[in-house]
Amino acid sequence: MLGRLALFAFSAVALSACDGGAVRPIRAVGSSTVFPFTTAVAEAFVNQDKRRAAPVIESIGSGAGFRAFCEGVGSQYPDIANASRRMKRTEYDQCQKNSVGEILEVQIGLDGVVLAESNNGPKLKLSRKDLYLALAANPMGKPNTAKTWHDVNPSLPAIPIYVMGPPSTSGTRDAFIELMMEPGCLAAWPEAKAKAKAIKDGHDPAKFQDACLRIRDDGPYVDKGENDNLIVQGLSQNPNAIGIFGYSYLEENIDRLHGTEIEGVGPTNNDIVTGKYPGGRPLYIYVKKRHIKAVRGMQDFLDLYATMWKPKGELNKRGLIAAPTDVQDQSAKIIAEGIALDPAQLH
Amino acid sequence: MSKRVASPAPAPERTPTDWKSAAMQKRIRRRYARERRFKLFGMMAVILSAAFLAFLIATMMANGARGFTRSEVALHFDFPKLGIEIDRSHLKTPGADLALAGAGLQDKVETLATSPAGYSLASNSAWVTVRDRIKAHPAILDGKATIWVPASTELEMGSRGEGPANVQADARKLSQAGQLRTGFNWGFFSASNSNDPVAVGIWGALKGSLLTMLVTFLIAFPVGVLSAIYLEEYAPKNRWTDLIEVSINNLAAVPSIIFGLLGLAVFLGSWQIGGHTFGPLFPRSAAIVGGLTLALMIMPVIVIASRNAIKGVPPSIRDAALGIGASRIQVVFHHVLPLAMPGILTGTIIGMARALGETAPLLLIGMRAFIVTPPSGFTDPATVLPVQIFLWSDEVSRGFVEKTSAAILVLLVFLLAMNGLAIYLRNKFETRW
Repeated sequence: MLGRLALFAFSAVALSACDGGAVRPIRAVGSSTVFPFTTAVAEAFVNQDKRRAAPVIESIGSGAGFRAFCEGVGSQYPDIANASRRMKRTEYDQCQKNSVGEILEVQIGLDGVVLAESNNGPKLKLSRKDLYLALAANPMGKPNTAKTWHDVNPSLPAIPIYVMGPPSTSGTRDAFIELMMEPGCLAAWPEAKAKAKAIKDGHDPAKFQDACLRIRDDGPYVDKGENDNLIVQGLSQNPNAIGIFGYSYLEENIDRLHGTEIEGVGPTNNDIVTGKYPGGRPLYIYVKKRHIKAVRGMQDFLDLYATMWKPKGELNKRGLIAAPTDVQDQSAKIIAEGIALDPAQLH
Repeated sequence: MSKRVASPAPAPERTPTDWKSAAMQKRIRRRYARERRFKLFGMMAVILSAAFLAFLIATMMANGARGFTRSEVALHFDFPKLGIEIDRSHLKTPGADLALAGAGLQDKVETLATSPAGYSLASNSAWVTVRDRIKAHPAILDGKATIWVPASTELEMGSRGEGPANVQADARKLSQAGQLRTGFNWGFFSASNSNDPVAVGIWGALKGSLLTMLVTFLIAFPVGVLSAIYLEEYAPKNRWTDLIEVSINNLAAVPSIIFGLLGLAVFLGSWQIGGHTFGPLFPRSAAIVGGLTLALMIMPVIVIASRNAIKGVPPSIRDAALGIGASRIQVVFHHVLPLAMPGILTGTIIGMARALGETAPLLLIGMRAFIVTPPSGFTDPATVLPVQIFLWSDEVSRGFVEKTSAAILVLLVFLLAMNGLAIYLRNKFETRW
């Protein structure tokens, strides 16, 4: 019996005997929004050279990511924090308390949605509340009967509501719901604030979702499939239609399309980057400067990231909105020269 | 006694039961009906669970069958024309991968694979196939070559009659020209995670599961069985052993997430002892940490099952062995343990099956990670089958739906193999007395 067990133990050790050089892999933790981009870079990183240790990427959320990132410096702590928001000052201080040292803040691009109409359209100026009332399946808990923008907000013209957008499988639609519909719901329906709290308590999440987050499917919202180019084409044919897509498509077709102002802010590069435009948010990776030299391949990994976030690059195909050129140049410079984050910028 | 026999008391007048009477017939009918009803309920319970199982397997088969196939598209390369600037001597060195990547092979393959309609015929990872071919046969760089590469998800969908009409037409044209074929996806059993549903494989997760289960077994089985032997054969019956027994029963019912927290604190935490900081014992996401955590989780199950099995060995066997002069350890290892083995193994396999399907504690110790290469040892970052299924089910791309079902089928087969082994071992060790 014992002999058999020993044989089993021996074979177990033999199975693991093909142990590689045991190079410490690059470790990234954090936001689920940034996760698909970092994993794409990780895959390309290994595809470039099979001898490299495969980076380990965990999707645990931005906040939890920062907490793990700031626990300390050394091989047992992550090298990179993925984040869909900026690091907070308190988080930076936590990092410093654990002597993490200098940190690079690299903006990899933007996550966000814009609304746009054809250049010869009525140039609507909308708020998130208008969008919510026009597009929710059950605004404020009652079925949506609005047919024109005037029904939603008396100051808007009586143009039929016709919005073309991505299907429910799309990340762009998730971003639209998160950045436009949910704040719009909270603004239009004070009761929803209590409901939003109830989600956390687990009381009535279904009702909140149904009233605030579900998009109507009775005609005014048209699902145009994953191909955003079809939406752009549709807009040229119907001047009263509004399209929802990633910012990069507006940028590409700026000669034909007019970006719809939301709460008085137009979707411009500058307004998305400064955070004034409600439909956009920057995405970051935070890197421990001390780990760049200590972990094999870190510099190559970051350089590869920088080549992949270009417009029409690999990450763009996976849904990343490329940052404006000057931001990209700045990010590339931070990586190339190892410029540390100035904590005075954080709040 | 004898007195009563001598003068029997007159027996009370009792009319024999009239089984034919209406009341009695009714009672009998009710009795039989109750019997039939109970049988029916039992049968329905079995049918219900069998129906759920059949539904699960049928859906998984229907969805997952396609996960095991893969379409490949033939790309025609004219390497001298493509102009890949590379020093041939580099191709045999370990730096070949980087050299070929640096020569812009990826862009060139992508350009070549772009259909006239603007979508890609080949998957994103197609250039890796081309690269490996060039590394294996550098001579092809001097001429033309046809290389089969994995087809893109669009084209694969098109070949099944799904997706846009123009892609479907292209797929038909290509397969008529013999440039598109669908075959068994061997890569699914040799590749690991990927962002591209065409290139993903289950091997990384499967190997992670194997390594994790091995650690779990090697820790939980000996410790669990030894505890059971001690408690049954040696320990005195007093308040302390009662307390231990209650604790073990309690531990068996503790939610698995708590073992995850325990594993996180014990194996990945660091302590300050006497001014010195002792770092984590093991690296994060490693199979050994997962195995140890799951071992903690299933140990109580094994202890309980083993104790019951040992209790079931008749005392006469122990007495006989002791009576002819065997020592306690001889009694245990020569007689009690072999006889208890079938029960112990059954309990162990139930515990192992639970560990194999467990995700919650593994999320906490970092095994929910994206890793593109399989683990090569116990301390390498790894993921396990159920976590891989969970990660894939979260993916947006349609191709992952089939891969998720395929992965579930692999998990079910793994479970089946484990249970089969248990039944085999049980029959092998089974002794009758």
